[in-house]
Amino acid sequence: MILNPQATTAFPSAEPAGKNGTWWFLASEIPIFGGLIAAYIVMRLGSAGWSEASSHLNFTIALINTFLLLTSSMTIVMAHAAVQHNALKRGASFLGLTILLGLGFLGMKAFEYSTEISHGFLPSSGIFWSFYYAMTGLHALHVLAGIIVNAVLWTQALRGSLARHPHRVELAGLYWHLVDIIWIFLFPLLYLA
Amino acid sequence: MSSSWTSRIFSTDHKVIAKQYLTLSLFWAVIGAATAYLIRWQIAHPDTEAFGWGYIEPQVYNSLVTMHGTIMVFFVAMPLLLSVFGNFLIPLMIGAKDMAFPKLNALSFWLFFLSSAVLFASFFVPGGAAAAGWTGYPPLSAKNEYTGGAYGMDMWLLALALEFASFLLGGINFLTTTMNMRAPGLTWFRLPVLVWMQLTAAVIFMLSVGPLVAGAILLLMDRNLGTTFYLADGGGDPLLWQHLFWFFGHPEVYVLLLPGVGIMLEVITVFARKPVFAFRPIIYATIVAGFLSFIVWAHHQYISGMDPRLAMPFSITTIIISVPFALIIFSIIATLWGSNISLKSPMLFALGTLGVFIFGGLTGIFNGSAPVDIYIHDTYFVVAHFHYTLFSNVFFGGFAGIYFWFPKMFGRMMNETLGKIHFWLTFAFFNAVFIPMHLVGLRGMMRRIANPMQYEFLKPLESLNMFITLMAILLILSQAVFVINFFWSMARGAVAADNPWQANTLEWSTRSPPPHDNFASPPVVYRWPYDYSRPDSLSDWTPQDRSDDNVRATAR
Repeated sequence: MILNPQATTAFPSAEPAGKNGTWWFLASEIPIFGGLIAAYIVMRLGSAGWSEASSHLNFTIALINTFLLLTSSMTIVMAHAAVQHNALKRGASFLGLTILLGLGFLGMKAFEYSTEISHGFLPSSGIFWSFYYAMTGLHALHVLAGIIVNAVLWTQALRGSLARHPHRVELAGLYWHLVDIIWIFLFPLLYLA
Repeated sequence: MSSSWTSRIFSTDHKVIAKQYLTLSLFWAVIGAATAYLIRWQIAHPDTEAFGWGYIEPQVYNSLVTMHGTIMVFFVAMPLLLSVFGNFLIPLMIGAKDMAFPKLNALSFWLFFLSSAVLFASFFVPGGAAAAGWTGYPPLSAKNEYTGGAYGMDMWLLALALEFASFLLGGINFLTTTMNMRAPGLTWFRLPVLVWMQLTAAVIFMLSVGPLVAGAILLLMDRNLGTTFYLADGGGDPLLWQHLFWFFGHPEVYVLLLPGVGIMLEVITVFARKPVFAFRPIIYATIVAGFLSFIVWAHHQYISGMDPRLAMPFSITTIIISVPFALIIFSIIATLWGSNISLKSPMLFALGTLGVFIFGGLTGIFNGSAPVDIYIHDTYFVVAHFHYTLFSNVFFGGFAGIYFWFPKMFGRMMNETLGKIHFWLTFAFFNAVFIPMHLVGLRGMMRRIANPMQYEFLKPLESLNMFITLMAILLILSQAVFVINFFWSMARGAVAADNPWQANTLEWSTRSPPPHDNFASPPVVYRWPYDYSRPDSLSDWTPQDRSDDNVRATAR
């Protein structure tokens, strides 16, 4: 254990603190959905009648929503690339597009909820519906949180203050990808199985 | 003036935040002790008027049992061991000016404050505080008619959710701070063991609490939206909660244990004037224990109705997790072996932690084996066991830490004589409470029953229960010695030197108490933290920031 006394500097990690912190935050988010998904799978394997309930879901809307979220993951990467090259206006446009796609997802989801509720499928309508509303509802709240973060960055890009903190778009993008990936798990588990 | 007043209350200085956590956790410890007193009174003298309170309704008794566990685990142990010592020591021990995210740190504390306010308010709402046990098992927790409460359970869930958010942010801060802010020369294997254990605890908490957050959301939906996740009549399963709860709940045991063990280790090596024995193996054992803590949870559920084939695998993992902890404990004993021990009050409490924890660890082997656990599950044997493990870490370990770092926190020494009296009273009365409690449990007394005298087979235990209650009251009263010492020393104690214990870690290389940015000039680290009694040095300690040239110069 003979070590150079100057083996580290005052900034020893390869990544800045904000990025390390964001990764730890994402690491703490995964078990929340992991626990929900594991509970859903175990409960579903343990009893019958789940696919019948699942057949009442609107597959088309979910497919369009998948497309919207995947596209928005691309646009936020393009926003990050633009901001890094100091093209703030271009970055603001892509951030705006990301926000619109997120709002589109939430709008479609709200329409889907309202048709399901009008057909009498409530959270209390059975164990599948309980899980469906809990999982998609918690995910929708995460989408909403991401939209708010992106909207703050969008105004900063318009005002120009984002030029001093271009890495913020990358951190918001990491979170936005997580929200996207969670949906990639929820979509087949709820709509296709 | 008013702006400086608010900046002090909403401080972003990690040392001030640590003291805020200390204040709040000591407040909760008083409430926790009061609930313990009322519980013990009811067990010893069922359905009589408790001194200073009055008659304890059965519904209130259930609330007291629930809140005692909730308060002691989530509002005393966690803030004291993680937030107070983690916040105060991590930046100082790594030679940093503050946390990586000071504002986030303040936010963590104020979320915890809000959580405390919600939980405290729940005592006073109609229907009283939550009464489903600190584990919140449904169906009791899922429907108010089973416990007779109204708003208490929802407030309990809200308080826990806020608390978890607070500790998640705190853990992110601990980890990022240590990754990014270490002083020059401070490599990972030059970090004090306490920092390693705090970080491992933060990771364990972060990766285990998620499923319980999900579980709490489902329970809130069951209570308020008519879902049936945990209700068998709607296709749900109460066992689901038990799995989600204990998937967090058992790792949580190690979240509390590791910082306590870390404090014990730091104190013991200083007062033994010897390097920690097996430094790297201790760190590896800590990481292994952290991993194993995720696969032992169902040992809380042997008689819950889960698939009995699961009992043996979980028994085996539970026995295996004692191996890394045995390694750590034996290393501590080897550190003490042949050393020049000075029995100052921090050392007394550290040795108390060691002795009491070993006792609790040994009864854990009984509980961990399914065939034995089937007989002692949900009895006072289990209650006695987890008080031996938790009380040792939270109170003996916590007091060791407070007596040891008090001079650094407040710039004054605590009184030695009062500290020693406090230790011996606490040690004597603690054992007088909890050794007989094992016996009560082995005779079959169940936990959480409001009146043991209703059961014919428990009537012979009445005098033993009265003895335990008397000892418990004396245990609580003897803490007055600490309270007096704490406040008297803060105002009138002897002014502390920068390094009163002649210790090596970086927090002792700055002033007592440290200035706002901790170090007058950024420290540079040349060595590991445990260079005690080096043969080539005149003094028996060699601080981490002393270069080899300086050591040789001193020796010459």
